[in-house]
Amino acid sequence: MLTLIFKRMLMAIPSLIGVVIVTFLLTRALPGDPAAYFAGPAATKEAVEQIRVKLGLDQPLIVQFGRYVTDLAKGDLGSSLTTGQPVAKEIRARLPASAELTLLGLIVSMAVAIPLGILAATKPGSMIDHACRVITTAGVSLPVFFTGLILVYLFYYQLGWAPAPLGRLDIFTSPPKSITGLYLIDSLLAGNLEVFWASLKQLILPALTLAIFSLAPIARMTRAAMLAVLASDFVRTARASGLSEFTVIVTYAFRNAMLPVITTLGMVFSFLLGANVLVEKVFAWPGIGSFAVEALIASDFAPVQGFVLTMAIMYVALNLLIDVLYGLIDPRVRVEA
Amino acid sequence: MTAIPLLDVRDLTVEFATRRGIVRAVQHVNIQVAKGETIGIVGESGSGKSVTSYAVLRILDRAGKIAEGSITFSGIDVAAASESEMQDLRGSEISMIFQNPRAALNPIRKIGQQIEDVLLTHLKADARDVTEKAVEALDQVRIARPRERYHAYPFELSGGMCQRVVIALALACRPQLMIADEPTTGLDVTTQKTVMDLITELTRERGMSTILITHDLGLASAYCDRVIVMEKGRVIETAPSRAIFTAPSHPYTRKLMRATPRPGITLRDLLPEEPGGPRLVVGKEAPRSGEPLLTVTKLIKEYPRKGVGKTLATMFRRGPAPETETFRAVDGVSFAVNRGESVGLVGESGCGKSTTSSMVMRLIDHTDGVIMFDGQDIGEIPAEKFAKLPIRKRIQMVFQDPTDSLNPRFTAARAIADPIMRLGDVKGRDALRARCEDLAKQVGLPVELLDRFPHQLSGGQKARVGIARAIALKPDLIILDEPTAALDVSVQAVVLNLLQDLKEQLGMSYLFVSHDLNVVRLLCDRVIVMRGGKIVEEGPTERVLFAPEADYTKELLSAIPHRDFDVPAKGSELRLAAST
Repeated sequence: MLTLIFKRMLMAIPSLIGVVIVTFLLTRALPGDPAAYFAGPAATKEAVEQIRVKLGLDQPLIVQFGRYVTDLAKGDLGSSLTTGQPVAKEIRARLPASAELTLLGLIVSMAVAIPLGILAATKPGSMIDHACRVITTAGVSLPVFFTGLILVYLFYYQLGWAPAPLGRLDIFTSPPKSITGLYLIDSLLAGNLEVFWASLKQLILPALTLAIFSLAPIARMTRAAMLAVLASDFVRTARASGLSEFTVIVTYAFRNAMLPVITTLGMVFSFLLGANVLVEKVFAWPGIGSFAVEALIASDFAPVQGFVLTMAIMYVALNLLIDVLYGLIDPRVRVEA
Repeated sequence: MTAIPLLDVRDLTVEFATRRGIVRAVQHVNIQVAKGETIGIVGESGSGKSVTSYAVLRILDRAGKIAEGSITFSGIDVAAASESEMQDLRGSEISMIFQNPRAALNPIRKIGQQIEDVLLTHLKADARDVTEKAVEALDQVRIARPRERYHAYPFELSGGMCQRVVIALALACRPQLMIADEPTTGLDVTTQKTVMDLITELTRERGMSTILITHDLGLASAYCDRVIVMEKGRVIETAPSRAIFTAPSHPYTRKLMRATPRPGITLRDLLPEEPGGPRLVVGKEAPRSGEPLLTVTKLIKEYPRKGVGKTLATMFRRGPAPETETFRAVDGVSFAVNRGESVGLVGESGCGKSTTSSMVMRLIDHTDGVIMFDGQDIGEIPAEKFAKLPIRKRIQMVFQDPTDSLNPRFTAARAIADPIMRLGDVKGRDALRARCEDLAKQVGLPVELLDRFPHQLSGGQKARVGIARAIALKPDLIILDEPTAALDVSVQAVVLNLLQDLKEQLGMSYLFVSHDLNVVRLLCDRVIVMRGGKIVEEGPTERVLFAPEADYTKELLSAIPHRDFDVPAKGSELRLAAST
């Protein structure tokens, strides 16, 4: 098992190096002159030139890259041109916000989609199977900003059950002491239930929006994997041995069907983490996706590079986690490693 | 027969709802099994033998249902019982073992735990002694070191070992009836013998009744008290197994019996007795020149053993790579195939026979040795280049699974034309079509079937397409890799005869890879017996099979299940009449 983890980590190194090079080159290839943008529309040619020298943009690419890598080794991702804040600090503050939202959304989605997929697979062609198809198709067909707006309209404006969609906490509550960066967990660790409830209330609507969107891949994959496993010989053996339907479906079928489902979960999670800009915008969520998009529009190198690198590391870590889970579930994977 | 049978199936009809309407898979079947009796249900694919047994356990697919009739098991009406009553019955009173034992076990659960699941479900053990009882169940099926094996996963065990685990699972709760559905299909003959002997011994010991479902008449005759023959969903004959082989009354039974390869007959004896049936014209026997066409000398194939961390070691260690342990699949094999000769390559799984044939076919590269084909050293040519050379068309192959070896998106005609388009000299659409039709006629495939896709053809027809494809370029040597292993006996009989006729007409040589000694005997002039990558015995077929010298050959021969039975006298008269 440890060999497997070690091996996968080694295998990640070349891809990370690739990511560093490609993001550097790509950001340099972006249209727009950051120096001109930073200097403002009224700046003189000299002023722009001065800024260019200050930013090191007058140097040849290879020198710029060298400086970038040296800074990176020191953990310095550079500073944002627009906010002036160090990128590393920004990401540290924003990544937990996105992660908390995505994780909760995924948990809600799993809680609905997996049982739905299992039920649909055990009774193919039944009402629940059709319901599963309709719900998931509807969920994935509606754009997230639309679902988000509908939820806000319904639960905040009409019913008044949810708080105003304005970020991670209402203005009267102060955030808990940062340990993990996830407010739900930090507040529980601090024993502050009031903050826990406040942040949970803020989280519910955006998490629900994400959950509705990600229902489809998880439910469909669960259904397909379960159908394949239920038709296999060992399920027939389990049935012929008189095992109860619950044991057959959960212990025998579902554990085998989990492998493709976990792969899908990993893909959905990494996709959502970077791509839920629209949800973050609707709910004024200080997440990492909106941060990256704003930086990209402003031709602001450092945050974009930082963002891509962070996502790449997250993706590698996530894949590692999935591999480890695979090994835990399937003994055959352990041997191949 | 005892007054009240343990299992009483009366007038059973099972229907399946399909897209093309309702299909009756089993019609008005009557089966009685007395206590302690072993009965065999014999039939070819589609005869409804498995469906009948699934109906007894009520584990039919969703689409299937018991439409008529009754199933009574020791006083319980199975057709009317509730699902929870059935769950109590399954595994504890009636249990079942299946074909393909490895797939029949949960791949990601320890085998011990799987046995525990059954014991706990049927309250034959509680949390305290369940592990002990599971180990005991493994011990009873003669699994060595059961305590250790308890923690094994199915993929860590051999096929025969997995079947023992499945038997342990089936017998754990001491049921009264065990249904064995093709329990040894896909296992080697020697493994088959040990598994069947084990089943017989354990069930006798416990006074259990057994239903053995098989396509193999020899197996049923060797192990059963009574045999039921099924065809197309109906029982056509029921008789004590002695009687059914000495005096089969139904024509279908006779046909099945004739088609079963067995000692003391010739290839032509396999075919149905009706005179004037579809029979190929037997051409003149090609003169056996005796000059060697293929010579293989000291052929070796090594595979690196899979080792953990080997890649890491090579990544970090400087200097020469560490000595890797290798596994010799083929270890210094030498033999020759003469022009117009058929050579059988026999052995159990893992003996290296398929690897040898792949190397001769130049599908994989060998590690060492010489492969001479008609005076040319083809072993020198790398495998990936060989496919494009003109010499490639002189060696062709027919594969084991007729379904998997055809492209599902190619019609039969396209499949047959494929080698001609790649390496042949027939140009133009019409000429190609004409050649395909000629070939189809040659292998007895109706020309109107040429535009069908593989899924629209029967097993025998697909086998014919595979053979037509192999002879399309008029090769000198055909490698037949278990060409009939996936076919029913009656189809096998026809295909084997076809192969013999084609060989005589076209003067080809065969390298026939098989695990079935009876089949090899019928088709081959010489036979090579392999074990563990080495040749243990080689010689003329009759000599090797009737007076084997190597102990291993003797062991193989004695493991073939057979009860001495003769071809019915009536049949032989007819055969004489037909041949004169």
